[in-house]
Amino acid sequence: MGALMVIFSLQTKQRRKMTDSVEDELELSAARHRPEALEQLEAQTRFSRKELQILYRGFKNECPSGVVNEDTFKEIYSQFFPQGDASTYAHFLFDAFDTDHNGSVSFEDFVMGLSILLRGTVQEKLNWAFNLYDINKDGYITKEEMLDIIKSIYDMMGKCTYPTLKEETPRQHVEIFFQKMDKNRDGVVTIDEFIDCCQNDENIMKSMQLFENVI
Amino acid sequence: MAAGVAAWLPFARAAAIGWMPVANLPMPIAPTNKNKHQDELIILNVSGRRFQTWRNTLDRYPDTLLGSSEKEFFFNEETREYFFDRDPDVFRSILNFYRTGKLHYPRYECISAYDEELAFFGIIPEIISDCCYEEYKDRKRENAERLMDDLEDNKDSKLPNMTFRETMWRAFENPHTSTMALVFYYVTGFFIAISVITNVVETVPCGYMPNQRDIPCGERYTEAFFCMDTACVMIFTVEYLMRLFAAPSRYRFMRSVMSIIDVVAILPYYIGLVMTNNEDVSGAFVTLRVFRVFRIFKFSRHSQGLRILGYTLKSCASELGFLLFSLTMAIIIFATVMFYAEKGSSSSKFTSIPASFWYTIVTMTTLGYGDMVPKTIAGKIFGSICSLSGVLVIALPVPVIVSNFSRIYHQNQRADKRRAQKVQKARLSRMRISKSGSSSAFLHSKRNGLNQSLELTGSLEEDQQLKKTTSLLESQHHHLLHCLEKTTNHEFVDERLYEQGYMQTALQNFPSQSPSLSSEEGITGTCCSRRTKKSMQPLSATHTHSHTHNLQELSALHIQCGERQALNTSRSSLNLMSDESGSLNCKSSGLVTTAIITIPTPPSNNSRASPDAPPPPNPDAPPLPNPGNDVVKISAL
Repeated sequence: MGALMVIFSLQTKQRRKMTDSVEDELELSAARHRPEALEQLEAQTRFSRKELQILYRGFKNECPSGVVNEDTFKEIYSQFFPQGDASTYAHFLFDAFDTDHNGSVSFEDFVMGLSILLRGTVQEKLNWAFNLYDINKDGYITKEEMLDIIKSIYDMMGKCTYPTLKEETPRQHVEIFFQKMDKNRDGVVTIDEFIDCCQNDENIMKSMQLFENVI
Repeated sequence: MAAGVAAWLPFARAAAIGWMPVANLPMPIAPTNKNKHQDELIILNVSGRRFQTWRNTLDRYPDTLLGSSEKEFFFNEETREYFFDRDPDVFRSILNFYRTGKLHYPRYECISAYDEELAFFGIIPEIISDCCYEEYKDRKRENAERLMDDLEDNKDSKLPNMTFRETMWRAFENPHTSTMALVFYYVTGFFIAISVITNVVETVPCGYMPNQRDIPCGERYTEAFFCMDTACVMIFTVEYLMRLFAAPSRYRFMRSVMSIIDVVAILPYYIGLVMTNNEDVSGAFVTLRVFRVFRIFKFSRHSQGLRILGYTLKSCASELGFLLFSLTMAIIIFATVMFYAEKGSSSSKFTSIPASFWYTIVTMTTLGYGDMVPKTIAGKIFGSICSLSGVLVIALPVPVIVSNFSRIYHQNQRADKRRAQKVQKARLSRMRISKSGSSSAFLHSKRNGLNQSLELTGSLEEDQQLKKTTSLLESQHHHLLHCLEKTTNHEFVDERLYEQGYMQTALQNFPSQSPSLSSEEGITGTCCSRRTKKSMQPLSATHTHSHTHNLQELSALHIQCGERQALNTSRSSLNLMSDESGSLNCKSSGLVTTAIITIPTPPSNNSRASPDAPPPPNPDAPPLPNPGNDVVKISAL
């Protein structure tokens, strides 16, 4: 009796495994992606040929299939912040990099984003930052969006911080930000207010130039 | 940080631009790449086989031979390549480690050769990745045991200074150590055999008595058997007491299986002595004699195979359980079926379902006694199905048990138990190490004050010389974490210190109710004494939860506790981080600096955004209450 049951379960398991493997194969082949030619990328971004080569090698090493999906992205980003939880901020970053919103970041998206961040003008960088903060991409940064962003940044610190993180710290931070940026006090920050305010702030200007020599 | 994602560090740093507009504080300067030459290929010639890789790949692990300047010793000027006179096959795995960040252990390699190569190239074996780690550890343990066995054979000859008790215990455990032990071993074995044979022969009928009935030998030669029994039991008792005396841990010995068997073997005799010929209990007394047969289990001390069999049964408990369970299920099903099938026929032995159990068991185990047979056609059909399925059900778990037995027989079961404990512990500690590795590296570099000088407004000279100690990759990673700290205006701390601070606040919450100074002193006294070994706690943790009246006394006591410690640490004892170095880097203007006491006014949450703090006081002097309403926090200096 028990033998019958065992044989039956073995059969169903085999059948299930076969269908699974076929589906898996299809999925894998669909996710493969080859980037455009080196010359095209060179024309579209501000990186030199050698820099593109180095970037691609690193990219392909970590993501052999050629695209990064959100989970891999979060995993990679979390490795740099071992003490906290970087997944929320990584999610926002992913949305900012995934310009065509297809759920995966290909090498082109990656390199375009990096080109703006590392070699772009200050205007472009601020534009990119605004795009990052504007979660629903409607052209306005509301307090809720900013709160989400700031909370995610604080999450990356983890809980072992000095002084201990309190509940209202992110909220206070948002208040400070809005006080600085929201000139007409309408509760949202538009792109012009943002760029204007940042250009007048010396600290922010200096810090924008910070990562010039990253590659 | 895994080397595989080292390639993504530029991306992570670029993404940090997203924090810049949000930050309120100036960012630290980025570490610069001094020697920014183009990435070049280097050739590694290992015993004639040439490997090529990028120089950056090797630089990922600066604390190994290939990643540091140590490889320059192997540079061959004429051929412009690095020559290593080592095994090229093993070098493959080592180079793959640099490329992929994962160190694999090839199964065909000898474990000691592999270990030697790892040691030569400065790679610690603990970073072998999970896929190969079990195998590596297994082989390593087997090797170690082999070495240990060899050692033990040599060691047994020379061990002068062991106490008498320890010698006895060793003699009991390993009979081959001395002739006395061997004699003892054989004598006890002999007596166990004698005792068992006596028990058996006791029941054999021998001879007739006048009243025409066979009586067993035990009743005929009562005194002889009693003398035999007494002798055996005395020997067993003496042996048990000697083992008890010699055991290193008596409690553990008494709980072990062998000692329980010993006790059960000799107890019936003593109970029999105590209980005289009382008619009521003689029946029970007879039952007790059954336990004498447990003496045969004493043989398991003498036979390794018996012990392994017992251990196998114990370790195959799940398979045995499954066997039992499936058999029970089948028995119940078939017994029910047979009962209802045979219900119709007259003079059927299948009087009830439990009565049919016997038939089912006998049939499924293919015994077939024939005392119960089905008579109806339906009964016969189901009976044959029953016997066929019985064969299958029993045949299935048995090979598992058999293979288990053979596996255990080939490995010592002591090694299994030892291994089970250590692997789990080692695995957990490895995971913890890898997780805390990078964060502790950052905190460590902070403690050494490396990051303090890196400020956009600060000077540049110091950071040049400090950079030499950490690799560029690490310093860039630390710079990134430092930017995050500046953005959020909080700092990373060690988990240990954070938990202490947390416990501290919990403790402080309690005495706020009781106004008496003595109780608080008692509590702070205990917590001070508890902390004398570790660094003292950030008192700011208490002040963030600002209590009312008693904080003044509390903080006074705290600072007095700090005084009791050595003077050179008293200042650093108020610090959070720099306990070892004690160097105060006051350049970090962003952090709230000083401390002292509070006042018994209603708490006001001092937000960290207020950087205007009074100048640092002398913490050694007894504090005085500040006039006015400033609640100041103690923080890192």
